[in-house]
Amino acid sequence: MRNIFLFIRRYFTLLFFLLLQGFCIYLIVHYNSYHNAVFSVTANQLTGKVNEQYNKVENYFNLKKTNDSLWQANEKLYNKLKEDFQLPDTASKAMIDTVKVDSLTQYRKYTYLHAEVIENSVNTQSNFIVLNRGSLGNIKKGMGIVDINNAVVGSVADVSNDYAVVMSLLHKDSKMDGMLLRGNGETGTAIWDGITPNILSITHIPKSAKVAKGDTIISSGNSTSIPRGKLLGFVTDVLLEKSSNNYLIKFRSAANFYNLQYVYAIDNSEQEAIKQLLEKAKQQNK
Amino acid sequence: MSTFVKNIIRFILFILVQVFVLDKIHLHQMITPYLYFLFILWLPFNMSRTWQLAIAFLYGFTLDSFRHNPGFHAAACVLIAYIRPFLVNLLIPQEGADGNYEEPSLKSMGGALPYFIYLAVLTIIHHGWLFVLEAWQFGNFWYFLVKTLLSAAVSLLLIIITELLFARKQKFRTNTV
Repeated sequence: MRNIFLFIRRYFTLLFFLLLQGFCIYLIVHYNSYHNAVFSVTANQLTGKVNEQYNKVENYFNLKKTNDSLWQANEKLYNKLKEDFQLPDTASKAMIDTVKVDSLTQYRKYTYLHAEVIENSVNTQSNFIVLNRGSLGNIKKGMGIVDINNAVVGSVADVSNDYAVVMSLLHKDSKMDGMLLRGNGETGTAIWDGITPNILSITHIPKSAKVAKGDTIISSGNSTSIPRGKLLGFVTDVLLEKSSNNYLIKFRSAANFYNLQYVYAIDNSEQEAIKQLLEKAKQQNK
Repeated sequence: MSTFVKNIIRFILFILVQVFVLDKIHLHQMITPYLYFLFILWLPFNMSRTWQLAIAFLYGFTLDSFRHNPGFHAAACVLIAYIRPFLVNLLIPQEGADGNYEEPSLKSMGGALPYFIYLAVLTIIHHGWLFVLEAWQFGNFWYFLVKTLLSAAVSLLLIIITELLFARKQKFRTNTV
């Protein structure tokens, strides 16, 4: 026993070093996909505050007022889009026995929430965007994020009270459902290879699909985060995947990740219900 | 200014410069210049090694929090903080010189060459470890190798510019009172 203590005292620095390295590697392995970490929330709050201060200065150069008014106006417009409302079959209409204030609101499926980008990066392998709106502003995990021109930016990975961390499309773990606008609407998965910002690729598009340079890729709406028809990008290169019967299509992202200022988070009111249903189905099939 | 206060100011300044200046520069997708770890290279000689490790971890972790990728920079910082004392012992010219000066600099390391070796070795180790972790985590070996070499060169250049711009005055302290 005494020898153990002597050993620890003698090699304390080395052991401490190994312990810290081990802890770092543990962090790398476990928090790469950005699950709710014990201190990620507090760290978000702290770094968010600093970033916000910096952004205040940066914003000055971007004609704040003009932008703000445009941004608010856009939100109003987007919320009036037809695709935000789900019109059910009239034969199977659900009856709600309270007074309706607005006859349209009960069908609303998507709500746009405006948010400001206070931090953004493009030059690492896993890029995150931080927004100045968090769970107190109704931002939830898994929400889709689009930029002012309705082009897909990413989805919310983590929220704290006042800030939200968004996994941008430029993240090695990001998987976004996409489809070809032209042709039969073949769907695939948009991923990023981690090399050139703004150039992504979409996989699982079968060779039977008709695709040419310049074609538009839109979101397929197969996930609960992003509705169908949001711009993802434009095809720049069509390659053949040797090992499979699929194309590997390179495309330029429609959103410009180099200068994101304002974005909208899309709240899907059915997200919870769908999630619960899926959980139930999974448990039944166990 | 006491060493303690000076180092706290350095801590904050280096982090801010790294996050809000260097990380915003898109020189080329292959190059990410790092300057922040100069803080660790400039830590005083007489600090205990355990404290150096603890501070290096805290420092790296602070940067990681801004980049939302915990672990990478903390690991690299801890590694250079661990190796630093060995390197200082190897490079410092005469016995006891590390007691006469406060922290590593051109003067205290006894000339430009040993100090440059000190900077270069630790820069390469820092970038190298970062490279190993990234290549292991993300794959794509050659891409990260080229990136590391280019980044290390640019980082070294930046460090030398910083040294020239902010010359630190080192007072000679004798042990013989």
